[in-house]
Amino acid sequence: MSMLPRRAALPLVAALLSISALASISVADGLKVAPVKDPVAAKECSACHMLYPPGLLPARSWQAMMGNLKNHFGDNADLDDATRKHITDYLVANAADTGGRGGTNSRDVSGGATPLRISEMPWFLRKHDKKGRIAPDTLKRRGAKSAADCKACHQGAEMGYFEDD
Amino acid sequence: MIAGAMLFAGASVAFAAANPAQQAVQEHYAALARAADPAFKDGDAKRGQTFFQGRHTGGKAETPSCTSCHSSDLKKTGQTRAGKEIAPMAASVNAKRYTDPAEVEKWFKRNCADVVGRECSPAEKSDVLAYLLNL
Repeated sequence: MSMLPRRAALPLVAALLSISALASISVADGLKVAPVKDPVAAKECSACHMLYPPGLLPARSWQAMMGNLKNHFGDNADLDDATRKHITDYLVANAADTGGRGGTNSRDVSGGATPLRISEMPWFLRKHDKKGRIAPDTLKRRGAKSAADCKACHQGAEMGYFEDD
Repeated sequence: MIAGAMLFAGASVAFAAANPAQQAVQEHYAALARAADPAFKDGDAKRGQTFFQGRHTGGKAETPSCTSCHSSDLKKTGQTRAGKEIAPMAASVNAKRYTDPAEVEKWFKRNCADVVGRECSPAEKSDVLAYLLNL
């Protein structure tokens, strides 16, 4: 079972959830954050990459990111001012340390650090350092372009479900 | 046939695959280009093809061409650097494209910065649209 790619395994899991051996692959064992509910944010923030739930980063990270869309991880993702403000307000209001997760997600961000990559967050590294979950060969096996490609392993990522392996 | 010919008689150039909204977006850029240079007549699909399929300097090393992400066969899907699929660019296989002027301008603004390292001129935009509407 563990040798199957997650894509092939999931339908089986759905069908066999009553079997206790598989019940551990439930969302209760992973991370659950609110998905993006704003249609403007959903459209614009998923044009080039998967739609990241705002509760994965603290508000100051979203502010910094939205303030530099001309260089968005190397790409120009510029928006008109009205759209940018709308999305920024939404992300800030639903961030890890505001509405998104009640603060539990950003507690490890120390001393005013403002990570722009979710994959730089201490909790992310702590979770994924185990079993080489984002080691290069793991990413390759999962068909992930990078550690930012949550969906390669967490199929429900855009809906805010990050189930454990 | 005659009715079809009459329908397009008023437009400066008719693009076979384009619907009226798409033609209007192209014409918007053509008008801006004519205002800047009276010698400019209309968007030219051949010039647009050269620009779109060609390699540019001045932009990012990872994206020297529009085709870096869109692929060179524009009736097929492309892929963003993050790995997300990009819907085909050819108007003939994707009628939803080029109907919203703000959306078209947004992507020109972003992608011209990344590929050619500057804004594209209205003439370049008009040419590229002529190319994509004719595909």
